[in-house]
Amino acid sequence: MSIDFIVNGNQITIQARETTPLLDVLRNELDLKGARYGCGLEQCGSCMVLVDGEPVYACSREVGTVAGRRISTIEGLGGTHPLQQAFLEEQAGQCAYCLSGIIMSAKALLDSNQAPTRADIVAALDKHLCRCGAHPRILRAVEKAAAALREGATR
Amino acid sequence: MSDTLPLSIVNNRRLEKWLRFQPDRTLRLAVGKVELGQGNVTALAQIAADELDLDLDRITVLSGDTQDAPDEGQTTSSQSIEVSGRSVRLITAEFRARVLDRLAQRLNCSPGEITVEDGAFRRGDAPTGHDYWSFTAAEDFARDIEGNATPKPPSAYRVVGQPIPRRDLPAKITGAAFIHDMVRPDMLHARVLRQPGRGATLASLNEAAVRRAGGGAFRILRLGNFVAFVGPDETVVQSAAVAAPLHARWENVPHLTPDMQEAAWLVGQQSNDRLLYDETPPVATGTVVQASYSRPYIAHASMAPSCALAEFRNGRLEVWSHTQGVYPLRASLANVLGMQPDNITVRHAHGAGCYGHNGADDVAVDAAVIAREIPLHCIRVQWRREEEFGFEPLGSAMHVTVRAALDDGGKPLDWTTEIWSATHVQRPSTGGNMLTHEALPTPPPDPRPGDPPEAAGGGGTRNGLPLYDFPAKRIVHHLVLRPPVRTSALRGLGALPNVFALECFMDELAEQAGVDPVRYRLSLLSDLRARRLIENVAERCDWASRGPAGSGRGVGLGWARYKNKAAYAAVAVEVEVEQEVRVRRAWCAADAGLVINPDGARNQLEGGIVQAISMTLKEQMRLDAEGRTSLDWDAYPILRFSEVPEISTELVHAPDLPTLGMGECTFGPTAAAIGNAVAHALGTRIRDMPLTRERIAAALLA
Repeated sequence: MSIDFIVNGNQITIQARETTPLLDVLRNELDLKGARYGCGLEQCGSCMVLVDGEPVYACSREVGTVAGRRISTIEGLGGTHPLQQAFLEEQAGQCAYCLSGIIMSAKALLDSNQAPTRADIVAALDKHLCRCGAHPRILRAVEKAAAALREGATR
Repeated sequence: MSDTLPLSIVNNRRLEKWLRFQPDRTLRLAVGKVELGQGNVTALAQIAADELDLDLDRITVLSGDTQDAPDEGQTTSSQSIEVSGRSVRLITAEFRARVLDRLAQRLNCSPGEITVEDGAFRRGDAPTGHDYWSFTAAEDFARDIEGNATPKPPSAYRVVGQPIPRRDLPAKITGAAFIHDMVRPDMLHARVLRQPGRGATLASLNEAAVRRAGGGAFRILRLGNFVAFVGPDETVVQSAAVAAPLHARWENVPHLTPDMQEAAWLVGQQSNDRLLYDETPPVATGTVVQASYSRPYIAHASMAPSCALAEFRNGRLEVWSHTQGVYPLRASLANVLGMQPDNITVRHAHGAGCYGHNGADDVAVDAAVIAREIPLHCIRVQWRREEEFGFEPLGSAMHVTVRAALDDGGKPLDWTTEIWSATHVQRPSTGGNMLTHEALPTPPPDPRPGDPPEAAGGGGTRNGLPLYDFPAKRIVHHLVLRPPVRTSALRGLGALPNVFALECFMDELAEQAGVDPVRYRLSLLSDLRARRLIENVAERCDWASRGPAGSGRGVGLGWARYKNKAAYAAVAVEVEVEQEVRVRRAWCAADAGLVINPDGARNQLEGGIVQAISMTLKEQMRLDAEGRTSLDWDAYPILRFSEVPEISTELVHAPDLPTLGMGECTFGPTAAAIGNAVAHALGTRIRDMPLTRERIAAALLA
């Protein structure tokens, strides 16, 4: 069937079975590889994208349910978003497979809370797994990005 | 000189294997070690930049390619900087010296009068009009590297020692960057129905049911007990593969028993036994004390299920893999497929962190086997999550008994570490089998169990010999021949369980002697580098005021020199124990000699601490009669953001000492520090990892 939605600001129409995982559509139909397959079970967060601003596991979300909605992926941040800059400044990652999902959850947090506490950030990211142990750096990077966004807002 | 050449040069003498000055005024440095998320490729470029006086931006690195890069074996055992780094330094220093000699002859001056600035040569203050690129035509790149040039002194380094950002990271946080993201022309997706164990035979497969589950067009490829689902739509083949096990009936499936999942099962099994180091009989007089410690089977548990791409055309095979070693994988592929290695190219592509021998090589064989059956297409295979947990090689369970005869002051006169473990390196080059090979119509012979030699740090014996000043010390090693699961290299091999055992036992001996554990260690340790780290960490964690045992809050410490010859690390942790253990803070000091990239090094220290906390507190692969049962992240939990402590790391400045591999150095010390901190918190000791809620309850009731 034909399904319409918006991805990173672009109106998209695809032909797909409505039960196809959103992740497969993003990766294989739209060539957006930033959301990644990790478990297919909503357990690791590697596939996290935003649907109408809320973090959603793309691996198990059926594409039929996002008709008419706004989807954001790491590609939509353009590479210069304060979160991406902060992750590079803090070298907040090792293998980095988990990072695009983590950055999208962090974006959802910072979009709704400009001054998150460390506990707020931990709560927002606790559904994400990182096997390399980059957690301390990731938390610092999100704090740094939040500060940069606040500074940008007051300038 | 050549007898001390690093192995990487010995095996790749031709200069052209390493350096290529390109027409666009860049240098392509080719290396055999690969980026696994540890930042080694960036560090290797830093070394070359300093020796050649070339801006870092002018250096591109090709890593892991059987066509164009040198054969440096596996990227393992914290050897990238120690061995590959030393090689790159010698090679670039030699090239610079040769070119400057040649220029000096031409200018009729001494080489010492020539300086290099971003690859351009100056004499005094004046440009000479020459640079590396103007000499590349005259220079013979087909010659052998001699390896006798004198590199710069560390005091001259400008790029080495700087926290240069990782080169590969920007792409990884913007979009496509991993092997999983590669798209090739004529690509087909494939998934595999896995043989449930060696020797299992597929009695029947209800193909109609699998086709219904797939819901689209795909091919079912069957070769003996190897079954693959191949088609243009990834969603379809994934659905088929998820359903397939339900519609397959296997015979001769190996049967396990639940007790096999515990390390204690290993004791008494058939084994190859060795006595190492001090061969005198153990002292049996006076006070002899002993304790046993254990760690169960654990998973690498990479974030990304393994993935590979393969293309077969005109008799040639090309494979993309996140393997740790492209040349060893090529040899495995040649063996399984009966091909000449020269007709196979393996190229490294980035994967998620693997931390050792996981499914990376096996999935590459999957892809290659399918590609040969379906030529002229790119075959992309990606494992499923339960496949990764279910079939990757595991880190072996280990049971370690430590025994000491004590003098009147409670200090060991004699020490024995007795280790029961399955093999820690089961690659094809060391007697292991590729998973796919065992399912094919002509399977290989049973694997031959082996372990790395002691000179390479050992496997099950790794860090089993204490570095304390004991009059006599030895290892008794039982290499268990038939473990219930396939085991192979996982970060640190035996180091984590062995350091846990040794350093926990040291705390127990100190307690028995009525001496503070830090003072007790220092009274038995003459290695000044080790002493300095222990003192450093003890001071930073405020050891002196750690308080009495049994309060529910504990502080513990452990240290090791990885492989007894690489980097030193000491770690202290503070824990709170109620129903479960929470590590609140961790302090680490490490000495890795000359550090190439201090931020990358700290990242490794921190990551090692977090991963070791996870393994010590949480991780165990569970088994039942059918096989492994911890097949997802709920059944195999790892440490989460809310459980990660504050971590403070300090690198001891030692730029004049040789670089020591440090990627695994915090592993054992962290586990030991937790063991000791939990004992301090509880007033009673838990000697079996993981230190779970159930074990705490049992310890408190005992």
